[in-house]
Amino acid sequence: MSEVPRFWRESKHRYRLVGTRCENCGNLYFPPRDICPTCRRESINKMKEEELSGEGEVYSYTVVHDGLEQFKMQVPYIIAIIKTKEGPLITGQIVDCNPDDVKIGSQVKSTLRKVRTEGKSGIIQYGYKFILK
Amino acid sequence: MRDVYIIGVGSTKYGELWDMSLRELASEAGLKALMDAGIKAEEIDALYGANTSAGQFIDQEHIAALISDYSGISELGIPAVRIEAGAASGGAALNQAYLAVKSGQYDTVVVGGVEKMTDVPSEVANEIIGGSLDAEWETFFGVTEASVAAMIAKRHEYDERVKREHYAVFPVISHKHASMNPSSHFKNVIKLEDVINASPVAEPLTVYDTAPLSDGASAIVITADKKKIKESENPIRIKASTMANDFLSLHDRKKIDSFKAVNKSVKEALKQSGLNLGNIDGYEIHDSYSIGSLIQMEEIFGKEAIKMVENNEYYFNSSHPLNVSGGLKAHGNPLGAVGLYQAIEATIQLRGKAGERQIKGSKNMLIHNMGGLGTTSVTTILGVE
Repeated sequence: MSEVPRFWRESKHRYRLVGTRCENCGNLYFPPRDICPTCRRESINKMKEEELSGEGEVYSYTVVHDGLEQFKMQVPYIIAIIKTKEGPLITGQIVDCNPDDVKIGSQVKSTLRKVRTEGKSGIIQYGYKFILK
Repeated sequence: MRDVYIIGVGSTKYGELWDMSLRELASEAGLKALMDAGIKAEEIDALYGANTSAGQFIDQEHIAALISDYSGISELGIPAVRIEAGAASGGAALNQAYLAVKSGQYDTVVVGGVEKMTDVPSEVANEIIGGSLDAEWETFFGVTEASVAAMIAKRHEYDERVKREHYAVFPVISHKHASMNPSSHFKNVIKLEDVINASPVAEPLTVYDTAPLSDGASAIVITADKKKIKESENPIRIKASTMANDFLSLHDRKKIDSFKAVNKSVKEALKQSGLNLGNIDGYEIHDSYSIGSLIQMEEIFGKEAIKMVENNEYYFNSSHPLNVSGGLKAHGNPLGAVGLYQAIEATIQLRGKAGERQIKGSKNMLIHNMGGLGTTSVTTILGVE
């Protein structure tokens, strides 16, 4: 059983941080949404895609020691919530640094990386991670 | 509208029960609840089964039908349905059963919860527990449920000047209480230093900040049948049952270190029961993570919650007894069952049968069951008349 379509349909959002903006209230969302939770039905057909810059700061973070099976080789790894320059909070990994260098407020930018693989010979799934600026 | 009462409770031991299957656990708890209620299967109008993830833990769906069948009641044709709301499945099933009885559709209903978690290795169990998060935008990137709790803790310390000790104390309280509960997963007493210095899971949280993987099942019988209530030795009234929900993921919430849904469901439950916090004699909350306990108590008591930590008010013999059962942390955490064990503990307390961990003169208990970190919130208030 292949998971290709499941990941393929999100690739635009995961590769280029494409979120959606509600043209009714102006709020920007990431992950993308079809319905604005503020405007609800007023937002139908008014959600327009918009790419985020990938820049932001660490809003909260943790160093994971008891990780998911797929990420065992990376333990300990950093998971963070990033407050983007444009507003939305995004959850993801911070990589290429020592965990001690990460603080709430640290400036980061997004980068495209391999995230996980579908078994030994399956497709490689890519997506955003963050690095310190 | 008619009143709904708990007339029977039954539970298995909680723990790593290698020799018991899901169906055996569930039917043991159900049978105990029926015996306690003093009723026969013919008197049951419906079965509500709570389970979080048997599909992933043991490759079994259609849980309610299985439990009904293995419990030997299939010939009776009793409707059986499974309710799933993450780790709030038990509370949610109780809520649904309560509504069905309150409405007059059914008179007597069995609500059971079960989880069989130790048939898979712990890494796999972690992955399955992560199923309560957003698979596409959290777990895909390596997020575990513990890491979500940890990020709440980090931000809460940063924004509110909360100290590590203010939440590391909750597992200490739960272990103390579990040591007095015969059905507990853990019976050892621990110290604050043990929690802080244990091996890290997701910093700052250690293994002692998190609830274990447990097997177990719990069931209760509820009724609005006047004859059954009258014949019951110790009927406990469900004075309120409410639910509320929030965004699935932290990153979509305006404040990540608060549980808005908890505030809403607790407020509505107090209103529904006509009680205020001064009338509540004990609390069972969802202590899957220590920081989650603090945030829940803050949603109920505001900033007082921290003072109550500092004044040691959460012990069974103090002013705000909390998780006198031992909580999920130490009594055990079989996901789909815990919401029902909370109701069982409250019932035992209100019957005055809790032995050495008895809350003296207990008249009303508030229980809070949660799915995810503040995503699904179920509040139940139980009381004697």
